[in-house]
Amino acid sequence: MSRLRTLFLLPGAVTMVLLFAVPLAIVFIYSLLTRGAYFGLGPPWTLDNYARVWDPLYAGVLWRSLVEAGLASFICLVLGFPLALFISQAGPRKNLYLNLVMLPFWTSFLVRLYAWIFLLRDTGLVNTVLQNLGLIHEPLPMLYNDGAVMLGLVYGHLPFMVLPLYATLERLDRNLLEASADLGARPWTTLALVTLPLCRPGIIAGTVLVFIPALGAYLVPDLLGGGKSIMIGNVVQNQFTTARDWPFGAALSFAVMAVVLILMAVLARRGGEDLA
Amino acid sequence: MAHILELRNVSRSYGGNKVVDGVSLEIEQGTLFSLLGPSGCGKTTTLRMVAGFDQPESGEIILAGKPIAHLRPYERNVSTVFQNYALFPHLSVRDNIEFGLRRKRASDIDKRVREMLELVQLTGKEQRLPAQLSGGERQRVALARSLVLAPDVLLLDEPLSALDPILRKQVRTELQALQRRVGITFLMVTHDQEEALVLSDQIAVMNGGRIEQVGTPQGIYMTPRTRFVAGFLGAVNWIDGIGVRPEAVRMARSNPRTGSRSRPATIETLRFLGNCVHIESRLANGEKVVCETAFDHEPFTPGEPVHVWWNVSDELRFQQ
Repeated sequence: MSRLRTLFLLPGAVTMVLLFAVPLAIVFIYSLLTRGAYFGLGPPWTLDNYARVWDPLYAGVLWRSLVEAGLASFICLVLGFPLALFISQAGPRKNLYLNLVMLPFWTSFLVRLYAWIFLLRDTGLVNTVLQNLGLIHEPLPMLYNDGAVMLGLVYGHLPFMVLPLYATLERLDRNLLEASADLGARPWTTLALVTLPLCRPGIIAGTVLVFIPALGAYLVPDLLGGGKSIMIGNVVQNQFTTARDWPFGAALSFAVMAVVLILMAVLARRGGEDLA
Repeated sequence: MAHILELRNVSRSYGGNKVVDGVSLEIEQGTLFSLLGPSGCGKTTTLRMVAGFDQPESGEIILAGKPIAHLRPYERNVSTVFQNYALFPHLSVRDNIEFGLRRKRASDIDKRVREMLELVQLTGKEQRLPAQLSGGERQRVALARSLVLAPDVLLLDEPLSALDPILRKQVRTELQALQRRVGITFLMVTHDQEEALVLSDQIAVMNGGRIEQVGTPQGIYMTPRTRFVAGFLGAVNWIDGIGVRPEAVRMARSNPRTGSRSRPATIETLRFLGNCVHIESRLANGEKVVCETAFDHEPFTPGEPVHVWWNVSDELRFQQ
């Protein structure tokens, strides 16, 4: 039995070690080296790369990325909660609605972001229609700004909020909602005092699932921000490509990871059992 | 007599299936009234319509003289003790009990909660979460949470079914004592005839969405209106169409005295139940007759010919 268990563990464990742990270790070693004169990297060992993370230029982008990822998580929660509540009470149509939530995953994220560009740009569908209707005379600046980046982050990550929320709401004992009404609570009071508190595991899970990828996003700020509204993911990408400063890029990656781990630790301490 | 709760010709169906079919009831102030019936008989749906979780298609529900069928659950002065208690798992015992009082913006919350904790003997456990309580304690929190609101009628959905059998009998007695003490009308749903017989002032037996009979426990046990009621409340021997309960049947080796009815039979099985013995016999026409009797010092043996007899006054008399 125990040999069979080891055997079953093996494929996953090997994959994780080779494709996750080893590259991570390599990137960590990079972060402690010095960049080469033209490309590549080499000795001497140094901590300077980590010191540079505190440079206001980069720390500022990191801080802004944290704020944006947090805001995106919050907006996803505000939009996703009523949706998840609706689906959980939709009876036999639940599966249909769940599939609709997942539907965007059937196409590449890149393609979907280009679709947003076609919609939002100055000569895009929305501006053209509004102009032809005579509602506006100048195209509305809807692309290549902070708003467009936020839109992309929310749009891309909403399903990751809806699904865990739905899973919690689905399991919620209907009797508790009836008991609340029975004891004199109006629907909004029941929502605030019973449904939301009991939904906390789903809210935490959804927030984690949205916040972490949103913090590291580079496609959305790259395409919808147009280089004007960059996030920390773009800075990292830039270090590995145009700037050719692999050690600093690696150090930045680890700084982001450290921030995420600290936030997770705080969350775990506040509601440990909920994260499981 | 003042009727605190009245149902007038209430009906409810799900997908063309009439679950509750023209139910009319009058429940007296301060009594313990049971809706008794097998699962699917409509008793729970009836209770849910009184609570406001379900709406009747036709008919009216009158609480303390006012029609309430159109009111939302939070607008009715009734309260429910759920089968699984439905205590809020994230709230302490105190917060659970306060929940309704806070919604009603009651003034003397602390005092009322303290009194209620005393009444259900949970003083000292105010800060516990429901998960930290025993089954019996949870039930008492559920009762306290509803009773503290002083509802016109307390609705109880199978209140004892979540408890283990030993605890059930003890809690049963406590529940009755509690009802007598607070004087609030209890409307209870149960499928357990013994529970209904022991606890209730009045019982309505339901079957197929209809009320078969309403009466006192003794009344419906002794003079059931239908064969269904007779059979649901306890075992019945049907001898030539006459119903006799096992405890009214006697077995004798010699022909019994006059003034009683008797049939010749053959002993089949003896079952020892601890406090009594069930003697199963078969009549010449093939019908089985069970006699429940105290322990016998000269027991019958299987195959032995006997006379089955009973007093005419013990025959079940159907009202119709």
